Amino acid sequence: MPDIPKGLSRELVAFRIGDQEYCVDIMAVREIRGWTPATPLPHEPIYLRGVINLRGAVLPIVDLSARLGLGLAEPTQRHVIIVAQVGRQVVGLLVDAVTHILSVSDEAVQPPPDVASERVRRFVRGLLAIDGRMVTLLSLDQVLRSTELEAA
Amino acid sequence: MAAIRDIFYEECEEQLSALEAGLLTIEGGDRDPETVNAVFRAVHSIKGGAGAFGLEPLVRFAHVFETALDDVRSGRLTPDAPVVKVMLRAADVLADLVRVARDGGAEDPERDRALVAELSALSSRPSTRPGPPAAADEGLDDFGFRPVPIDLGLPAVPGEQTWGKQTGGKQTGGKQTWAVRFRPHAALYANGNETAVLLRELGRLGTVTIELDAGALPAFPDLDPEGAYLAWTVLLTTALPADTIREVFEFVEGYCDLEIQPFGSTEEPEAAVSDQEFDIAALIRQSQVPPAHAIAPVAVTSPAKPVVISAVSGNPRADEPGTVLPGRAAEPGAGSEPASPAKGSIRVDLDRVDRLIDLAGELVINHAMLAQRVSEAGFARSSAMTLGLTDLEQLTREVQDSVMAIRAQPVKSVFQRMPRLVREVAAMTGKPVRLVTEGEATEVDKAVIEHLTDPLTHMIRNAIDHGLEPPAARQAAGKPAEGTVRLSARHSSGRIVIEVGDDGAGIDRVRVRESAVAKGIIAADAVLTEDEIDNLIFMPGFSTNATVSDLSGRGVGMDVVKRSIQALGGRVTIVSRWGQGSTFIMSLPLTLAVLDGMVVSAGGPTLVVPLTAIIETLQPRAENVFGFGEGAAVIAIRGSYIPLVDVGTALGHRVEPLDPASGVALLIEGEGGTRAALLVDAIQGQRQVVIKSLETNYRRVPGIAAATILGDGRVALILDVDAVVATAGGPARPEPIPTAGLIHA
Repeated sequence: MPDIPKGLSRELVAFRIGDQEYCVDIMAVREIRGWTPATPLPHEPIYLRGVINLRGAVLPIVDLSARLGLGLAEPTQRHVIIVAQVGRQVVGLLVDAVTHILSVSDEAVQPPPDVASERVRRFVRGLLAIDGRMVTLLSLDQVLRSTELEAA
Repeated sequence: MAAIRDIFYEECEEQLSALEAGLLTIEGGDRDPETVNAVFRAVHSIKGGAGAFGLEPLVRFAHVFETALDDVRSGRLTPDAPVVKVMLRAADVLADLVRVARDGGAEDPERDRALVAELSALSSRPSTRPGPPAAADEGLDDFGFRPVPIDLGLPAVPGEQTWGKQTGGKQTGGKQTWAVRFRPHAALYANGNETAVLLRELGRLGTVTIELDAGALPAFPDLDPEGAYLAWTVLLTTALPADTIREVFEFVEGYCDLEIQPFGSTEEPEAAVSDQEFDIAALIRQSQVPPAHAIAPVAVTSPAKPVVISAVSGNPRADEPGTVLPGRAAEPGAGSEPASPAKGSIRVDLDRVDRLIDLAGELVINHAMLAQRVSEAGFARSSAMTLGLTDLEQLTREVQDSVMAIRAQPVKSVFQRMPRLVREVAAMTGKPVRLVTEGEATEVDKAVIEHLTDPLTHMIRNAIDHGLEPPAARQAAGKPAEGTVRLSARHSSGRIVIEVGDDGAGIDRVRVRESAVAKGIIAADAVLTEDEIDNLIFMPGFSTNATVSDLSGRGVGMDVVKRSIQALGGRVTIVSRWGQGSTFIMSLPLTLAVLDGMVVSAGGPTLVVPLTAIIETLQPRAENVFGFGEGAAVIAIRGSYIPLVDVGTALGHRVEPLDPASGVALLIEGEGGTRAALLVDAIQGQRQVVIKSLETNYRRVPGIAAATILGDGRVALILDVDAVVATAGGPARPEPIPTAGLIHA
């Protein structure tokens, strides 16, 4: 793990969806596990892959790729589920792969550019430049919410 | 503070239950002093707690009540039927006052005053406690009441030292004098306790000499009106053990300094055993008592033996083998409650129990998965691995059962509310009613219990209002004027069966039929069996009562009952005999955490259909299925057309509907008697499943009631039968023919 820079810092879990890199606050992440087929729920938005059994809890799985408008993922054995706490609920996020644990200071987080679409504004908290790559910091509050917007 | 308050109210509920139960026992003719004590204690505890929270009206009423109960306890008032009736009503008022204090709302001062008057009238010494006593019940009252005799050696009010039945006088062996030093703290008074009561209580145990120690009393300007400055030394000569003396102060423990010591030269050396501590040192001391000395007064048998036995059993009455007082000392633990502390119980947060239930369910699923792997790995049935797994299975099931048992509670908590209801409804309808309850100890899940109150309330109201005839009609029919409503609970094949029966007139089938025809529920020429007519009363909008009474008869009665029972996964049926009464029989699952389900497949992932909804399963034949409008179909079952819903397409698992002839139809009955046939691919079997909420981590999904986890570790969805039927082309008109006897889950 890289050295923690001086000043306020936070740790982030970085992951890959297609050729884009995203990250979420590590404090929200409970565990990371391999993909297991989910039981689909009827009449639910397309990004909701269904529910899986996480040691007795019924966990909804959100296809982050579909949620961010990048198209439906085709999960394989190599895909992973990031189990994250969102508010009082626990949600599984389907992503391609977890890449890093990042340690960054708060100043390193840049605000998202104004051009961003409504969807991006809902999920993106900021941008990070890591070794010349752009990593998007996601906010998970909206991942399960306001789905009627999507349905419309 | 709020948390403590919650605990207080929780305890109030328990005390109120104990109070009512006790009073009912007394009403039944039981004059056991312990029952009276328990009732007294309940009121006293409520008063004490209420005092601590400054709940004035509650304290005031509880005090009057307590005074009357004290008279019963001391034998000055005989708890005959009229007296107990007043007290039962007083218990109702007390419960209301507690509720008002907790939830706010209006009390009924008129009724409170009326009962205060009645209670005071019962009390044989109304002048001793003049006016509303609670306000004056603070310490000041005591200061004025007790310490007046300045002469320290003087025994207090002479009447009081020879209270009760076992007055002093017998100074023979077995009696002992104790020095009880009692110094109340200010908190004792602040909590609504009264030293006079305590001292009087001591007076009942034997002969007392009470000395007031006013040494700590400051000069008047320094006097804190709410302080506590007085102490008493009571010399008590009694045959009763120190424990009994200590019990007098049970409720003020921690609010006073209390010392109970043998006083001066005891008449019997080994009486020291009676000290309530039974530590090793005490045992050694006892064994050092010279036997010859110990024998002296009364003991006829070996002296060492009773001492040892008493120490081991914790019964400290070894010093009185020959001088057992009649009535009191003969029964072990009279005036105390040795059973309850010994049994022991704890309060546990429900969440913790639920977590445990989840884990136990998990264990069962995990075991099933493991067993599947092991069998796949080709282990022989007799191999150590397989045998070990079998043991594990048994243990797992046992763990699950035990954990479920934690949530189980006796139905007593619901049944206990019913006597009050019966009293009220009886008073309102003017019909004398006797309530008989059976099987109060039958246990069922807490969640089921919580949902039982409303349906039971409704059914009992119904039984009295509709079931029982007026007294005159009863007598004319050769029955006692007093009607009987019977409420019983029992376990039967993994379910709890609750029955509400009355010995009234039974269902008037002619009238029921006419009413149903008039309301368009059945056709005028419909041919119905008696059972079917009886079951008409569960139809929505059905009511035969010509006059809408205050209690029932608004036509929102029994169908609501039936629906709430069904919502619990239960069924309700009715048995009625003309002239002999009706009985409603409810059968409910023991827990809401598991559900009996039929596992089916319908073009997608495995589904579970609640077994209680299924009336029967059948193989549809092509010639019985008819298209009905756009994309909908009906199936002809024994002459009636019932909507056929393809579950696969309703849930969006497939677009093309299944060919009915290649699937299986489940005939289901939903809320309000709605019937439909669900078409699925195949039935995989029946199974008990653990219910998991989707809402915990997601939200409610239309058409799905909940989820569960099957043996392969995958999530399966539990179908919300009503929603599926409703979304697939609207609900069908309620079928006129009820379903009693058809359901065999």
